Amino acid sequence: MSQTVASQSEYNYKVVRQFAIMTVIWGIVGMGVGVFIAAQLAWPALNFDIPWLTYSRLRPLHTNAVIFAFGTSALFATSYYVVQRTCQTRLFSDKLASFTFWGWQAIIVAAAITLPLGITSSKEYAELEWPIDIAIAVVWVTYAVVFFGTLIKRKVSHIYVANWFYAGFIITVAVLHIVNSMAVPVSLTKSYSIYAGAVDAMVQWWYGHNAVGFLLTAGFLGMMYYFVPKQAGRPVYSYRLSVVHFWALVSLYLWAGPHHLHYTALPDWTQSLGMVMSIILFVPSWGGMINGIMTLSGAWHKLRTDPVLRFLVVSLSFYGMSTFEGPMMSIKSVNALSHYTDWTVGHVHSGALGWVAMISIGAIYHLIPALFGHSNMYSVKLVNTHFWLHTVGVVLYIVAMWISGVMQGLMWRAVNSDGTLMYSFVQSLEASYPFYVMRFLGGVFIVVGMLVMAYNVFRTVTAKSGSLATDANTQMA
Amino acid sequence: MDYGTYRGILTLVILVLFIVIVVWAYSKRTKSRFDDAAKAIFDDEIKHGNTISKEEKESEK
Ligand code: HEM
Ligand SMILES: [Fe+2]
Repeated sequence: MSQTVASQSEYNYKVVRQFAIMTVIWGIVGMGVGVFIAAQLAWPALNFDIPWLTYSRLRPLHTNAVIFAFGTSALFATSYYVVQRTCQTRLFSDKLASFTFWGWQAIIVAAAITLPLGITSSKEYAELEWPIDIAIAVVWVTYAVVFFGTLIKRKVSHIYVANWFYAGFIITVAVLHIVNSMAVPVSLTKSYSIYAGAVDAMVQWWYGHNAVGFLLTAGFLGMMYYFVPKQAGRPVYSYRLSVVHFWALVSLYLWAGPHHLHYTALPDWTQSLGMVMSIILFVPSWGGMINGIMTLSGAWHKLRTDPVLRFLVVSLSFYGMSTFEGPMMSIKSVNALSHYTDWTVGHVHSGALGWVAMISIGAIYHLIPALFGHSNMYSVKLVNTHFWLHTVGVVLYIVAMWISGVMQGLMWRAVNSDGTLMYSFVQSLEASYPFYVMRFLGGVFIVVGMLVMAYNVFRTVTAKSGSLATDANTQMA
Repeated sequence: MDYGTYRGILTLVILVLFIVIVVWAYSKRTKSRFDDAAKAIFDDEIKHGNTISKEEKESEK
């Protein structure tokens, strides 16, 4: 058991460190922009009549920043770390890995400049114009080369399950991005999709839905299968279940996309098929969640003292919540109520802030000390503070959106006995106002938590090696 | 073969493949390999906090 494995210096930790630090920074930026646009929805004057600050331009900036800058940096950092540790070998190429880091940062900066200028292809979650799309494809293929190259030169025979999820995520995102971004350029900053009409909608939501399934789900499940067992100090509850989980998830997710297009020009049978597949999707999702949570069986007491583990486990409960809610919202009659309302926004954020952000934050808290030669973070207390700020923030956010969403759905469909609408749109907007303020407050909690994290990470990274003694920190969280 | 039949056969093939995967994953033969794989992530642990307990390490060999 105690054969010594490739020593630390044999791994490429530099690129992992870079991506880990940028995860924190882009987290603050992306969530900060989120709080700003939340404030604009409550107090519209906050666009100051400046075109670059209008909601329509800042919303895609927010979504791109949190998904592709924050979330994807976390995926880069953890996948490079996990693949090296579990394959017991150094990354396939340091140069290419470094290229993915700088290339990805350049793409994020390009996004941050072009989106406020109003340069957009207007496809949701794929707004960036064609030159940036090409750059993304190049960096992504390089990422695949580094990742699979490392898998190939591994020193152990078995490929640990986390790598399967990362591999699925990397391949699928490449395919999704390239197919959905096909466009005819008319100038450097403007292009038109090669798809038209209902086909364009279908391709767009094939992309959008599977970006959720493979980037926001499979990638982070890869994270889950490494960091939950590691932090809990016990092997995953059932390795067999994890194998079935992988194959079930990748074979089912692809078919559920039409739940984004209920009651549209999409053929009716496609909508019904999408609905059925979405409901079936509940099964592997919960299988995975249970597998993660049950990993703690026999070690539940650790949740009391370890806020990092708490981040990881609570993220799984949010994953369970959103994958229960999603199938329910896929039922056509439920979707008739929820579609276009804040309910969808609530669902998205229980997935994004609850699941994706919390598992990433937990993983980063696990990584930072390991990468910078410490046994723990500068302050475990502050990790705990962050945990509560984040949890309170997410709960405020999603409760506000549920109430607001269901209310909107009911108000929009209410009719008088003569068939006229009972409420105007503006009346429903007025009713939502208090909940927009509540969401803004939730967002403030979350960003304050991220700032606490940044401080803690800064103190850990700059601390002298060995100076963060374990006993000084294990005192109560 | 019309499109409907083709789709039906494809669905069936995928279903069978899936059942094969489940049977394979839960077969006796894979058990020890999977158990080793699950524990392999702790091979690199340098002594601190998050190690698996002694008993578990013992029972592995
Ligand atoms: C079994 C799993 C899931 C199913 C079946 C599902 C289903 C749905 C449905 C029905 C909608 C609303 C579509 C509409 O009315 O416009 C939706 C929206 C969305 N969901 Fe999920 N969901 C699941 C899990 C997740 C998770 C885990 C996340 C995040 C990590 C997520 C992120 C999103 C996003 C970003 C949207 C918004 C798309 C838009 O911009 O309109 N979902 N989902
Ligand atoms: Fe979806």
